[in-house]
Amino acid sequence: MESQLNFNIENSFNSRYSFCARQVLDELPHSFTITDPSISGHPIVFASKGFLKVFGYSKDEVVGKNGRIFQGPKTDRKSVMEIREAIREERSMQINLLNYRKDGTPFWMLFHLSPVFSKEDGRVIHFVGVQVPISPPRRPRWSASGVVRNGANMCEEGDRVCGNIMFGSCRREVCSDTPVELSRVLALESVLDDSSRGLGIEETCEASNLEKQEAEVAINKIFSVLTCHSELTGRFVCAKRHSLPGAGILSSSLNISLGRIKQSFVLTDPHLPDMPIVYASDAFLRLTGYARDEVLGHNCRFLSGADTDFSTLYQIKESIQTEQACTVRILNYRKDKSSFWNYLHISPVRNASGKVAYFVGVQIEEGCKNQDRNGLCPEMRHRSVVGAVKVAVRSLSIGAGPSRS
Amino acid sequence: MLRLKRVPTVVSNYQKDESEEVARRGGGCGRNCLNKCCIQGAKLPLYAFKKLNKVVGDKGLPEYENREPPVSFLDSLLLGEWEDRMQRGLFRYDVTACETKVIPGQHGFIAQLNEGRHLKKRPTEFRVDKVLQPFDGNKFNFTKVGQEEVLFQFEASEDGEVQFFPNALVDAENAPSVVAINVSPIEYGHVLLIPRILECLPQRIDRDSFLLALHMAAEAGNPYFRLGYNSLGAFATINHLHFQAYYLSVPFPIEKAPTEKITSSVGGVKISKLLNYPVRGLVFEGGNTLQDLSNTVSDACMCLQDHNVPYNVLIADCGRRIFLFPQCYAEKQALGEVSTELLDTQVNPAVWEISGHMVLKRKKDFEEASEENAWRLLAEVSLSEERFQEVYAFISEAIATHGSLEDSDGKSESLEDVDKINNPPCAMVTGTQECLVLQ
Repeated sequence: MESQLNFNIENSFNSRYSFCARQVLDELPHSFTITDPSISGHPIVFASKGFLKVFGYSKDEVVGKNGRIFQGPKTDRKSVMEIREAIREERSMQINLLNYRKDGTPFWMLFHLSPVFSKEDGRVIHFVGVQVPISPPRRPRWSASGVVRNGANMCEEGDRVCGNIMFGSCRREVCSDTPVELSRVLALESVLDDSSRGLGIEETCEASNLEKQEAEVAINKIFSVLTCHSELTGRFVCAKRHSLPGAGILSSSLNISLGRIKQSFVLTDPHLPDMPIVYASDAFLRLTGYARDEVLGHNCRFLSGADTDFSTLYQIKESIQTEQACTVRILNYRKDKSSFWNYLHISPVRNASGKVAYFVGVQIEEGCKNQDRNGLCPEMRHRSVVGAVKVAVRSLSIGAGPSRS
Repeated sequence: MLRLKRVPTVVSNYQKDESEEVARRGGGCGRNCLNKCCIQGAKLPLYAFKKLNKVVGDKGLPEYENREPPVSFLDSLLLGEWEDRMQRGLFRYDVTACETKVIPGQHGFIAQLNEGRHLKKRPTEFRVDKVLQPFDGNKFNFTKVGQEEVLFQFEASEDGEVQFFPNALVDAENAPSVVAINVSPIEYGHVLLIPRILECLPQRIDRDSFLLALHMAAEAGNPYFRLGYNSLGAFATINHLHFQAYYLSVPFPIEKAPTEKITSSVGGVKISKLLNYPVRGLVFEGGNTLQDLSNTVSDACMCLQDHNVPYNVLIADCGRRIFLFPQCYAEKQALGEVSTELLDTQVNPAVWEISGHMVLKRKKDFEEASEENAWRLLAEVSLSEERFQEVYAFISEAIATHGSLEDSDGKSESLEDVDKINNPPCAMVTGTQECLVLQ
């Protein structure tokens, strides 16, 4: 299971960008991470050297983890919610955020998030997150208001002023392994000591224009590397959505929500020809032995085989036609042709308009003891997946989906 | 005395119109309820939560583990049991078939068209000028619901570990708290948390019950599973202590509103006020322990109810942020100060509406829903700035009595500095003659 995740993480990056992309990104001085919303847990798939240095972690300690590990008790909850919302809406954002290094010291940084789109189908492939530590203010800049300002206006400003001068100074300040950078980190530490004594760290800290521009510069450079290196794999990425996501493509936020459900299940789309699978959980892939791209886009019938009961299949078909839930016991086949009894529950799932958008199929392998955790009976386990899927689909189809880009 | 006629929400299939309701005693009523008649030998799933006396979300707690946490066990249990009741047809309608949208605009108010929720019920008279009223066993209360409407028992674990018993005897001696469905849900997973159900407590916050609600939010571990509370006079329709909760994976406008820190308590609870939101309210967050946060908020609530100020509470972000709104809509309504245009929408501004989730009964209102309309309605709910300051003064006094407050500069604020209020807390409601008890 762990090795599968590691493979997914490696693959998430390697299948998109040519092999030297890592090296080029590592040469950038900036602190940033790249995450993949389609992998369960929305993990970090790449962390820059600058990032590891600022946060004090080793690469292995952060790759595969969710960005939440850098938050702590004093991190403003509203800011966390705003980041969650930007991810949900698949749009860029900048926000001042209190993060924690490995040794537990909190520090303020400017966080800039940007989605990376697939040029081909408009899907969000990755999110890039740039972290610019907010340097110690000359005079106390802690604002007592507690109001966190954020928004697109900051980015505009950055675009305009971002000339050569800015570019130069950014490089000088952040470039890793230079004495200047070291002193900057030291200065950062000293302000941390100061502020952790008083109430300061709790209050909001505003990034300066310089820092906002620094984040913009970093984002632009990262995108130019990613775009360039995606050309070599033929799977182009871009910073702006070029096409609306095609049929059968789930939003990254729905992927993230579904990824939290650990049981075996698939989502099928009855509005597409032949009702293909549009989502398959990791547990489903483990149960059946298929890889994700071998099942996405295919009808579930590949699970049936020579001894599958025809009347059971008919029963499933009928319940789908009448949009009713049903539970059956059906003989299914794995990729390696071995068979298993599948205690299957199927239910329609409605979107925010109240229309049936998907069917969810939940599989429980009969006689498989290790699934019997938590003491919930199989029927309850079926229904808890259905419930979680219904909540995710209904909520994440509210509004126009990705509203801004 | 101020009264209002309203169509009460049907939360249970056993909730009849008042006239049909008669007290039954002993012998089993034949509907498998939670009263003495049927409770003997009854079994329900039991979820026992681990009592953590730490800050929710403190670094190092399990929820800060490496990956996006999987759906918690409590989440699975609740969703599974709820879906089960849905498939058994216990709800009055399929809430997932109700259309929902985000109203365009800056704040992202959420509107739902729900035409089925308010049918088949006659208007009932409510007394709206008393926040505390005694429990009346003759009116509908949650001991009268059928056991099939109860999802599970919810309590603190005795040995400090999470435990689950699929079939636990309901032990009346043990003062069980239960989670039951609301048969008129406003979103998926709409449930009621009824603390110590058999003790028949009136709708009134106390420290223990509030902590139980906070534990439920923390245990579910899902920022989109929120709990809410309406006091009497602030659109609670049943005078039997209960919290509501449901899932909606969209940020509520209230959660996005900017805040300004006012003070923090000695227990480390940060108290802020909401800015740029139509309803004036307070936000409580942080605290050295979950108990600190819970005590501070419940002290504020108790102060409001003792001062006869109707209020609503929203527990958001897994119990990390709590919103408190004193309100005066029902009073205005009873005094005839609310425009007919607003009244025609029949939207009762309770905790969910105040938080920005509007349940609309008429298709016309749904189609024409705008940020302006939502704002206008909510603005009517809010106290005036002057009254809000007055109310805050006695809340801060109440909190300071239990643990002193600090002002923004970190200095301790002495009790003398806090504005004294002229009117002493109202005496607890004792008599029954003058009260028209809510149903």
